[in-house]
Formats: sequence, C-alpha cells, structure tokens
Amino acid sequence: MNSQTLALPAAAPVRLPPRPGYWGMVGGRLRRDPVTVVFCLLMLAIVLAAVFAPLISPFDPYKESIIFRLKPFGYRGHPLGTDELGRDILARILYGGRSALLMGVGPVVFAGLVGGSLGVLAGYAGGWVGTLVMRTMDVFYAFPSVLLAVAISGAMGGGMLNGMIALALVFIPAVCRVAETATTQVRGLDFVEAARATGAGHLMIVRHHLLGNVLAPVLVYASSLVSVSILLASGLSFLGLGVRPPVPDWGLMLSTLRQAIYVQPWVCAVPGAAIFVTSMCFNLVSDGLRSAMDVRLR
Amino acid sequence: MTGAAPLAELDDLRVQFGAGPDAVQAVRGVSLHVMPGEVLCLLGESGSGKSVSMRALLRLLPPQARVTGGVQVEGQEVGRLSGRALRALRGGTAAMVFQEPMTALDPVYTVGQQIAESVQQHRGGTRAAARARALEVLDLVRVPDAARRLDAYPHELSGGLRQRVVIAMALACRPRLLLADEPTTALDATVQIQILVLLRGLQRELGMGMVLVTHDLGVAAEVSDRVAVMYAGQIVEQGPVRDVLRRPVHPYTRGLLASVVRADGVEAPGIPGSPPDLRRPPPGCAFAARCPAAVGACSAAVPAEQKVGPGRTARCVRVGESVAA
Repeated sequence: MNSQTLALPAAAPVRLPPRPGYWGMVGGRLRRDPVTVVFCLLMLAIVLAAVFAPLISPFDPYKESIIFRLKPFGYRGHPLGTDELGRDILARILYGGRSALLMGVGPVVFAGLVGGSLGVLAGYAGGWVGTLVMRTMDVFYAFPSVLLAVAISGAMGGGMLNGMIALALVFIPAVCRVAETATTQVRGLDFVEAARATGAGHLMIVRHHLLGNVLAPVLVYASSLVSVSILLASGLSFLGLGVRPPVPDWGLMLSTLRQAIYVQPWVCAVPGAAIFVTSMCFNLVSDGLRSAMDVRLR
Repeated sequence: MTGAAPLAELDDLRVQFGAGPDAVQAVRGVSLHVMPGEVLCLLGESGSGKSVSMRALLRLLPPQARVTGGVQVEGQEVGRLSGRALRALRGGTAAMVFQEPMTALDPVYTVGQQIAESVQQHRGGTRAAARARALEVLDLVRVPDAARRLDAYPHELSGGLRQRVVIAMALACRPRLLLADEPTTALDATVQIQILVLLRGLQRELGMGMVLVTHDLGVAAEVSDRVAVMYAGQIVEQGPVRDVLRRPVHPYTRGLLASVVRADGVEAPGIPGSPPDLRRPPPGCAFAARCPAAVGACSAAVPAEQKVGPGRTARCVRVGESVAA
C-alpha cells in the first residue's frame, strides 16, 4: 500500500465537483451590495455621458452668446443655465467629463503600475535596493502633493498630457509606499518561506504570493486616488496649468465661474457638484470592490 | 543501519548571524545524520539552534546568516547546489512542515490551488492532474470530505485541518525527507496528538526520513527513533530515544527531564539560571554555569563528543562517572 498510495493514478481520473470560481464569488457578492451597484451604474452613466457627449449634448459647448450670459437653470432651453460667455453649462459638463475622467484615471493607472512594481521590488529585495527606491520616493514625498504637481506641470509647460505626467509623478511615491509596506508585511509570513521550501523561485513567489496579497491594498488605494486625481487636475486647470481654455473642463469651469458666484450661485456650483459626484462614485465603488474581492471576509 | 548511506547529514555545521563582536553564534558545530525511514528528534529550548540547524538542510536561512560546515541531502552538498537543483531539492527531495498553520498558508488562495502549485512546480503536467493529486494528498492526510475542502480558503478551516493541509502540501511531491518544525506547538492539546500520530503513520507508510524539531519531551518520546538534545548551539547528547530519555547522561538532559510537569502535583524543579549569551559563548561547556555537577575542567574547553553506548554520544567531561553511576 505504501508506494502506491502517493502515485498518480494512470486511469480513472478523480471526479471533482465544479469549482465556484473566484470571479463568480466576487460577482455574487457585488450583486448583494446595493450601494456599490448603484454607484457603479452612476459611474457607468458618467463615463457613457462623457464618451457620447457629442450625441447627447443639446448645444455646442463652444458656442458663445453675448445676450444670454449667466442665465439660471432652465433658461430658454438651457437646463443648467449658461456661463459667463453664454455657453451652455450642460454641454460643457458633458464634454468636460472627458478630460476629467482622463485626468482622473490616466495618472492613477500609470502610477499604479510604476509605483506598485517599484514598491514590490523594494519590499521583496529589501537591503540597499529597498533603501535606494524608498529614499528616492521620500524625496518626492517631502513636497506637498499640490505644490509638486504645480511645479512639475509648470516646469513642463502646462497642457493636458504634461498635467497627467505631473499627477502620475505625484502619485507614484504614495502607491509605492503602500505596495512596499504590504510587501514587507507579507514577505515575512511563513507562507512565503513555505513556498520557498517547496521549491518556488523568486519570480513565482513575487508573482503568485506577493502580488496576490499586495494587489488588493494597492488596488483599493489607487482607486481612492482617482478622485484625488480629478480634484488635483481640476486644481491644475484652475491655475491655468492643465486643460487650456476654451476646452471644457470641470476645474476650469469652476475657476472661471467663481467670479459669478453672487450672480448665479447655483450655476456656479454645477461643475463642483460634477467633480464631487464623480469622486464619490470612484470612492464608494472602490470600497465595495475591496470588500467583494477579499476572500477572508464572508 | 550500518553500511547504509544516511539520507541527510550535517557535518560540523556552524551558523552565525551578523558580523563582528556582536555576531550571534546560533549553531556551533553540529554534526548529525538521518537514515532513510528514521525519525530524528531535535530537542531543546528556544534559541538552542534546533530550527536553524534544520533550516540549513534546505538552505532556507536568511542571506545574512553565515553558514560553514557540510550539509548533505542524499549525497548532494546543499551549499553548492545551483538554483534549479536547489528548487528540485526543496519540496521534491525534502519538504518542510511549518509550526504555525495560520501563516503557513497563503490566505488568498484555496488549499487546492496551493497544493497544486507545488505539484505543478515539480512535476509539470496539467492543472487538472495537479488538482487531482491535491485531492489525493488531502485524502492521505485524512482530511474529511476532501473534495469539498479542496476549494476552501485557509481561514475556513480549523487549526487542526489547516495543519493537515500544511502536511499535505509537504507530502504532495513524495519527499524522502520530511522536516517538521514544531508541527504541533500551535495546536490544541487534543489535536496535537492526532497530528503526531498522523505524522508518524505517514512517515512509516511512505518510508520517509524525518527530522522533528520540538521542545516537547512528550512529542519526542511519542514519535522519534533517535533524539539529539541541543543546548546553546551544540548537540549535548544524542542517541536512541529510549536510552536517552530513560538514562540521560548529560546533566542538561537530566534537568530537562526533571522539568516536566508531573501529574502528582509535585512542583518541577526546573534548571536554575539561563542559557549563555550566544554573542559571547563561554570557552568551555556552555552548560557549566548552570550545572550542579560542574568541576574545574568544565570551563576550560568545550568537551568533546564521547561515545557512551551503541549509537550514543554526549558532550560532558564527567561522562564516564555518570554512566557508571
């Protein structure tokens, strides 16, 4: 019985019950979480509205009107009023979502990839590699994030692409630090040594055990950065460093409408509300995703 | 036993952590061997170097550890293995069971995935074959309802079941040498004995050699063929389990045996004092300062290992007297 017990059976494969599947479980949990579902749909609506802005927009976002400036909600077919140059607010909000989403998601994805890899590398390698990476990050960390974004995009000369690069550079150290901390915690656990003791190489350990455990905190942190990124991008546009007028952008709109706050307070609040709702969507959806993806929660 | 080649062998192993005057000499010249099909128990208190010695067999020590001396598994010098051969050794020829089943399993993968991972690593083959093999080993370690447990995450299992899974992972690729680092310490008392019986049974059934690290005399008495008692980085006494536990030769072993909690309520005397600082180990016998039988010669030089019977050695200058006594 002894040597046969452990040998692989040549014939008669063992019948195994169907596996529920990881993503099936995540999907099932999400369906039972109404808040996440609602905000997921809202986020989808915002994304679709931005993508299909030319199809659904009632007006041309660039068309100015000397007569109908700063009109209230519902004035002559302008559901959200008009801005200081008589342009339709709804149209500009719809078009402005494009740059807002791009500036919100783009830098975070980039920073997540670069910062996450650097952090895992620093955490796993440790020693002088880890010190080199982390101290370099600390240099970036020493500046307030807004100031750093302004400085970098200012030095590179404004514009949307430069703004995105500046924001990515601001986020890399933060993501890197989260990834490094998570990696250091996981690296010392027995299962990493157990993996080594069963013959796993460095690549296998990093790819399988570290990423599996580090991905969740990095993903959650990065998704919460999306709203920060939208806000910072709006700030850059506000200062004239991000999107250039007359291109519609929420931050830029907020900045120019600010002067009219005593004339049309509700109209001025619209771009701010758009930024707020979008950020909140990303925050709540990331929160819901985290709970749904954590296998340790039931 | 004579004539057969040992499965694993340590020859004057020395391990030092750090450098300079504050370097900790965790292991100071350990020589031992394990024969195929034999259970060797490394017995000692924490910090005596038993885990470090065992980890050296798989070269699992952290990079800052300086290892000298010979480490052989199945005739291969472990220190000189290339990356690929080392990975084949780890998990293939020799596998390890960890102390803490809570942390020895990756929380984000099901137990089936974790076992299958190591199977595919060593044997290749399809995912389905590795999964089938995972189910087999779960059955082998007597996990009830194994097919269902295959898709369970570690947190869904009890401590005893988790430790069975850890053992299954170690056995998945049919190792010939099983290393177990305090495999029952983290478990409930009732589960401990089940796991021990299981380990002993599997070891016999599969004909593996096994090194068991423990500080628990009861565990050693239960499962081992031979014991090696470690103190301050050295083996102070070694021999067949019955002889060593019934007629201990070294004063430290005697002290250990006297420290066992007794059922009749008599308070165990314990050993006065504490182990030496391994940054500055004493020049002589490391136990001399705590030894009730110490003489002047004890502190002069480290006592050599002396034969005190068939397959039995001890490091004590007064060995002759105590055997006679």
